[in-house]
Amino acid sequence: MTAEQARVALVSTLGAEIAAATPMVVDVPPARWEEVARYAKETLGCRFFNFLSAVDWKEQGLEVVARVDNLEDGVSLMLKTKLGPGVSTCASLTPVYRGANWMERECFDMFGIRFDNHPDLRRILLEDGWEGHPLLKSYAVDTPHPPYR
Amino acid sequence: MALNDPPVPVIPAPIWRNFKELQEWEQLHKTRPEGDKHSALFESVTEGIHSFPGGYVVTTAADAFLNWARKSSVWPVTFGLACCAIEMMATFCSRFDVERLGMVPWASPRHSDLMIVSGTVTIKMAPMLLRIYDQMPDPKWAVSMGSCANSGGPFRHGYHVVKGVDRVIPVDVYVPGCPPPPESLLNGLLLLQDQISHFKQTGKKAPPNEKVD
Repeated sequence: MTAEQARVALVSTLGAEIAAATPMVVDVPPARWEEVARYAKETLGCRFFNFLSAVDWKEQGLEVVARVDNLEDGVSLMLKTKLGPGVSTCASLTPVYRGANWMERECFDMFGIRFDNHPDLRRILLEDGWEGHPLLKSYAVDTPHPPYR
Repeated sequence: MALNDPPVPVIPAPIWRNFKELQEWEQLHKTRPEGDKHSALFESVTEGIHSFPGGYVVTTAADAFLNWARKSSVWPVTFGLACCAIEMMATFCSRFDVERLGMVPWASPRHSDLMIVSGTVTIKMAPMLLRIYDQMPDPKWAVSMGSCANSGGPFRHGYHVVKGVDRVIPVDVYVPGCPPPPESLLNGLLLLQDQISHFKQTGKKAPPNEKVD
């Protein structure tokens, strides 16, 4: 499957316009997040889970970003979903990609996004008793952390 | 913490002032503490020796000998944190060769006299660093190597970095640089040896070293 065929298939599945680029940026509604990821893996052959992260758009809320690749055919997808203002829950991709486990734990650690159906949602980089989520825009610079700063 | 509830930034005082042993060690660096049995014993013995004619020669010679022994066998604990550790390893290797100064990088804090804090100290690492420092026997010294260990460096305003290792342990010599080349660290170690040679166990402590370079 070429990238163009994958693009046409995604357009017919999602019913939205997708520009031909590398990677293809695919805006997904949060309700279809896991379904589209499963479609990308099983139908489009994107078996390589590259990364998962998030963006804090302040008033517009959080956006979860994941990149998956089909390394054999050169199909790259940048899956994005806007959670909406004030929402910090998202569907987990761990049933589809096992590699999403630690990525989502890091995302929870830094942005406080609760991934539903995640098997082990704990902090991964910061210690367990940490207050707040540092990569949110509302986390102040030089936030004290007694007793060491 | 709620999303729209940012905390007010207040930088607390350095932590190590809260620990009793470290307070005592800071006092020992300045003056001899009151209730220290060993120091009191040394003082009475010293006063006894000073009552004889030529007694000062004996105590001075004893101090000089003890400090010569101390500064000639400063064993740094093998403790690398970040990129400064690479320069520290280069300092320990054959080209710069601090072994000619009697410094053997030792893999146990219980046999070491010196901790070279080489790199960024994160909040997650700080308790372990303090624990390793506590495992070292007295008398012990600490060298803060590089901008990160001195003040937090380029990561000073990061959310996870301790703003200088002197908030965790007392530091004797600060080596600037990012990272300091082996020559800088070598200079810092020589300054530390100079400082150790003024360490007084008998009699009064010498005035602090004014020499900068």
